[in-house]
Amino acid sequence: MLTIQNVSKHFGGLKALENVTIHLGSDKIYGLIGPNGAGKTSLFNLITGVLPVSKGSIQFEGKELNKLQPHEISRLGISRTYQNIRLFPSMTVLENVLVAQNIHTQWGLGSIFKVRRSDLKLLDQAEELLKQMGLWTKRKEMSTSLAYGEQRRLEIARALALKPKLLLLDEPAAGMNESETENLLQRIEEIRAQGKTILLIEHDMSVIMRICSYISVLNFGELIAQGTPEEIQTNEAVIEAYLGREEG
Amino acid sequence: MSVYTEGVIALMGINILLALSVYAILMTDQCSVGNAGFMAIGAYTSAYLTVKMGIPLMPALVVGALVSSFIGLLVGIPALRLKGLYLVLATLGFGEMVRTFFLNFEPTGGASGFRGPMGSTLFLIYAWVVGFIVFFWLLDRSRLGRSFDAVRDDPEVASTMGLDVVWHKIWAFWLGSFIAGIAGGLYAHYMFYIESGNFNFLLSTMILLYVLLGGMQTFWGAVVGAVIFSILPEILRFIHEWRLSFYGAVLVAMMIFRPSGIITRKMVRDLGEKFDKLFQTART
Repeated sequence: MLTIQNVSKHFGGLKALENVTIHLGSDKIYGLIGPNGAGKTSLFNLITGVLPVSKGSIQFEGKELNKLQPHEISRLGISRTYQNIRLFPSMTVLENVLVAQNIHTQWGLGSIFKVRRSDLKLLDQAEELLKQMGLWTKRKEMSTSLAYGEQRRLEIARALALKPKLLLLDEPAAGMNESETENLLQRIEEIRAQGKTILLIEHDMSVIMRICSYISVLNFGELIAQGTPEEIQTNEAVIEAYLGREEG
Repeated sequence: MSVYTEGVIALMGINILLALSVYAILMTDQCSVGNAGFMAIGAYTSAYLTVKMGIPLMPALVVGALVSSFIGLLVGIPALRLKGLYLVLATLGFGEMVRTFFLNFEPTGGASGFRGPMGSTLFLIYAWVVGFIVFFWLLDRSRLGRSFDAVRDDPEVASTMGLDVVWHKIWAFWLGSFIAGIAGGLYAHYMFYIESGNFNFLLSTMILLYVLLGGMQTFWGAVVGAVIFSILPEILRFIHEWRLSFYGAVLVAMMIFRPSGIITRKMVRDLGEKFDKLFQTART
């Protein structure tokens, strides 16, 4: 579904990503891990078109993404959440979801004068999404007044409102306590069961090992290992990257 | 109504339109201090059409605004590359360019100004004001309004949510320069006489001030700001030349005590809910 082929990203002399190749099939949860500064979020920025690729190619369902604008890429069916929560602060919880649905309706000048039946259907879908994320009762609150964990869930709801085929989650469990994380993992599993592919960045190893079926490990911008959770857990290079090599 | 009162009210209507024209552009987080320039284009174009070519006022107003908004597009597209202070400087330069153009453009009178446009009435001015207020009110409740909000809140996130940021910014510029063009046409045909000095940098700054003080989170802020600052000078006549200093003091005080302006989005929302409740109780 998504093919990242020999992709490099350089910021001036800094090599954020070097010759990375990752293939994602469909209907699975993929993990992307690595120490801080390994280039995980940069890779998300390249996939979504926020940053241009320096070298290599990224293809989604056979379509080359390199030359596309972010809004064109998201319309192909890729959406994301952000590591540092970036909800629309001037909007309520419900509005944050509604605005992400706009690509599925005629929302031009005509939307000012009349409400279409399809818009009512979208409203139902927004309700469903917010219920799924446990936020429906807070729909009228400003997005910024939500608790941290709720804001993270709203980001996921907003990303899902685009009806993506591929969902990129950037540390969705960061800052959550154990029960919140548990709750979140169930919801992510539900999303996968609806037939979506998920690529997940996460620092919490227990999270990654539990829900991902395939994991890619980045270190200093280079791919150092790929495999199933079991393979990754015993991989020498990964252990070294995370724990450092023992002297002697 | 005395001629004096009518004049104040008419200029208030034009100021509301000008404030809305700045608000339209601010809607996508672009700041224009060149709207007096768009106003001038609308004013001179429509005045030329009615006086020299005998075209009726309404079509002349619309053509003037279309010309102004076309120029708005020409300015808006390169403006996309500029952010913050640089955009302020570019629009400032544009406004001054337009003013100097009309100062030297003989077909519309050049330095001696252009005499003769007439026909604006209070009714006509306020018909446009109400029309644009209804437009912004509907926009505010629509999906299109939300996507403009998204572009202002966080353009990068908006783009990853499938919204074409460039498209929004360009049309916001178009809309802003269109409204300013209408305001200019109405102004010209109310004053019977225009000269390039009417559309100077000070006017652009004042319009921006209306919006800043009224509040730029919602279009009601622009409306209220324009109303207050159209009446205030009349009330403050007794302090004569201290008026500008007084404005300065008000501006500083507002920035300290109410940085988001008089009208905030939350205020409009809360009021709206109160109205809804009133209607519900009235029905039962």
